[in-house]
Amino acid sequence: MKVENIIEQAAVLRGAIGDDLHDRLTTAIYKDAGQIADRAVARQGKSASQSFDQKLDRVLTSRLWGFPLMLLMLTIVLWLTIAGANVPSAMLSDLLQGTVYNTLHSLANSLNSPWWLSGFLIDGVYLATAWVISVMLPPMAIFFPLFTLLEDLGYLPRVAFNLDRLFKRAGAHGKQSLTMMMGYGCNAAGVVSTRIIDSPRERLIAIITNNFSICNGRFPTMILIGTIFIGATAPPVLASFIAATSVAAVAVLGIVFTLLVSAFLSKTWLKGEASSFSLELPPYRPPQIWQTLYRSIIERTLIVLKRAVWMAAPAGAIIWLIGNIFVGEMSIAAHVIGFLNPFGLLIGLNGVILLAYIVAIPANEIVVPTILMLTLNAAKSGLAQNGVMIELDDLQVREVLTGVGGWTLLTGINLMLFSLLHNPCSTTIWTIWQETKSFKWTTVATVLPVVLGIVVCLLTASVARLFNII
Amino acid sequence: MSTQAVTIKQCGGCATDCHTAQLTKLGIKVRNWDFAVALAGNPNTGKSTIFNALTGLRQHVGNWAGKTVSRAEGAFNFEDKKFKLVDLPGTYSLLSTSVDEEIARDFILFGKPDVTVVVADATRLERSLHLVLQILEITNHVVVALNLMDEAERDEMTIDVRELTRELGVPVVPMSARRGTGVSELLKAIGKVAAGQFPLQARQIRYEDKKLESAIETLTAQLGETFADLPNARWVALRLLEGDESVINAVRTKTLGTLKIENSFSQLALSEAR
Amino acid sequence: MTLDMLAVGQTATIKNLNNQSTERRRLLDLGILPGTPIENVMSSPLGDPVAYRVRNSVVALRREQARLIEIEE
Repeated sequence: MKVENIIEQAAVLRGAIGDDLHDRLTTAIYKDAGQIADRAVARQGKSASQSFDQKLDRVLTSRLWGFPLMLLMLTIVLWLTIAGANVPSAMLSDLLQGTVYNTLHSLANSLNSPWWLSGFLIDGVYLATAWVISVMLPPMAIFFPLFTLLEDLGYLPRVAFNLDRLFKRAGAHGKQSLTMMMGYGCNAAGVVSTRIIDSPRERLIAIITNNFSICNGRFPTMILIGTIFIGATAPPVLASFIAATSVAAVAVLGIVFTLLVSAFLSKTWLKGEASSFSLELPPYRPPQIWQTLYRSIIERTLIVLKRAVWMAAPAGAIIWLIGNIFVGEMSIAAHVIGFLNPFGLLIGLNGVILLAYIVAIPANEIVVPTILMLTLNAAKSGLAQNGVMIELDDLQVREVLTGVGGWTLLTGINLMLFSLLHNPCSTTIWTIWQETKSFKWTTVATVLPVVLGIVVCLLTASVARLFNII
Repeated sequence: MSTQAVTIKQCGGCATDCHTAQLTKLGIKVRNWDFAVALAGNPNTGKSTIFNALTGLRQHVGNWAGKTVSRAEGAFNFEDKKFKLVDLPGTYSLLSTSVDEEIARDFILFGKPDVTVVVADATRLERSLHLVLQILEITNHVVVALNLMDEAERDEMTIDVRELTRELGVPVVPMSARRGTGVSELLKAIGKVAAGQFPLQARQIRYEDKKLESAIETLTAQLGETFADLPNARWVALRLLEGDESVINAVRTKTLGTLKIENSFSQLALSEAR
Repeated sequence: MTLDMLAVGQTATIKNLNNQSTERRRLLDLGILPGTPIENVMSSPLGDPVAYRVRNSVVALRREQARLIEIEE
């Protein structure tokens, strides 16, 4: 066969030419490229903008300022999110849980709809969705665009640059810092982004630890609890700043866990060779602010609205059902809460929280509304009708949780910790499955964080009880 | 599937060069296209911006080297012709063996797009040309989109586009996708190359190494005998010399250049909206 | 002399690459070749990696990679 001859001859010639063919080719092509570029490009040395870039970089990666500036950046982003979301949240709350809610009930009454139908649809399905939209939408619509702006600016590779040594020590791939950052937007997106890591072993480490990045869906929980439990202990003028710091602290804790668990995995279950590393630091580019903001806000709004409907609505239905279907004297919810309570209290949480986390597996956003609904339901509080809360501002939420639910500062802190360290949401679990096609590793990725969460909460609860604080 | 005639505005606040050609953005699954266009380039060259500008897909553009560009496709109309656009993963070279580079290379080689647009970074021309020159060895239906001209300006660089075009032998279109400039010129160039109207004399790299050159010439001659109309015989010869498995296979099974774009699409399973 | 010994702000010319396999290819693709000028732009606050300018773009390399790249002033 003629073609076989050709192939054979190529092999012979290859032997004669030597091993470094690839080197020589690359060198030859670059030489050519260099010649063309020399002829076509004229430049006057380092431009003003390049000098500026370099000066900025020197500061952002300096020994003295590098890390503090990163922390500051994180805190500022969180603070802007918290402060910026307050007014829109209140407005949406008034509208959806006030006006529209009342209108829906009036409509239901005028149609003579049976209590269970209007209860199920309005108090269950609609209310959960309304809550997600009014409480979760504003912070997410602010945080994600800010993150996007930082990305467009070119700052994120600098963060990777600063953190790389830590990741190297933890046996993780250099690009894991990038996927970790992506996880702060959404863990499912973070898992997909691990495709930039070629080595399967290092990719798995990045996937499993991605959950320690607090996704957008969990930030509102953090922010709310941080505000009403921790911020409330500070003078009002500093409240939102303290709240932001506490959330930032948990975020940093998340990074610590990412590194620790990566180190653990790379030394035990996922041992192996470190692969090569290169990170490009592109020039700083002024982002097209309005365009990016516009696009990002619209995108985020649509995503949140879609998730609200898909995830919150069914969850709302389930919450209402377990709250209103009675087995014997108590509702199903009360039964489950009672069952889970001893264990919950042991680890510094309670039965309501645990049940809420089970119900909230589809989406982290609904943890708080579920907790509130279940708390009020269980107590048959006057603030609610049949386990339903209407409009509650931060102060009222605090009262509900502490007064009705019996929460303490320890509960608040442990909730924040557990929010950091629990199983990924179902979308993420499914994404992990899609990306790894491994039942074993998907299970590890799902279960490992919960186990850690339980252990850590148990520790803090034990310490608190030991020293009789909080 | 909605069909809307939209005028593209890339408003970064500029008033001058806001309008580009009338484009009709079509939905993703368009059968019956007239021409297929591949979009290649180094990472971080604004390739996504150009992709968005041409197809209107909502994709986030991040200034982030190494970001996963899961291959996206889109389509657009220009002067009554339908174009299918495939965004290839950002690569520095086609010589290495990473997955991204294999995908890009296989698509250009086997998919035989009617036009390959290579996005080059005006501020890092050498590195961009490294890829352009490699692609020119595979196909001469190339348009070089010289992007980020606004940054070159900021860095006080001047680029002689005429000289570049002359050296490369294919159309070079200066543009700033972020500002919206150059998009209509890019479309025109794509249209021309697709219709075969641009006299293309793609630059060929001659290797100084005598042994290498003679080996290439020997194999090229033999390939020319067996495969009558193989435009990139030199490139194939090089790959055979390197011991590239997929090219060796293609030669062995005589499937070089016969795989049409349909097969490429089904083989390299494209995932939709991410 | 090897690249990891290059001080911040200094420029040198690459003499030889001793890195192997995929790492070597990646460096070559980025244009880090014998004869290319390379400048130490800045180092990370933790000392590693270090950012180098080569062919007008800035790339970060880890110390163990830089140690394998021979340079001359």
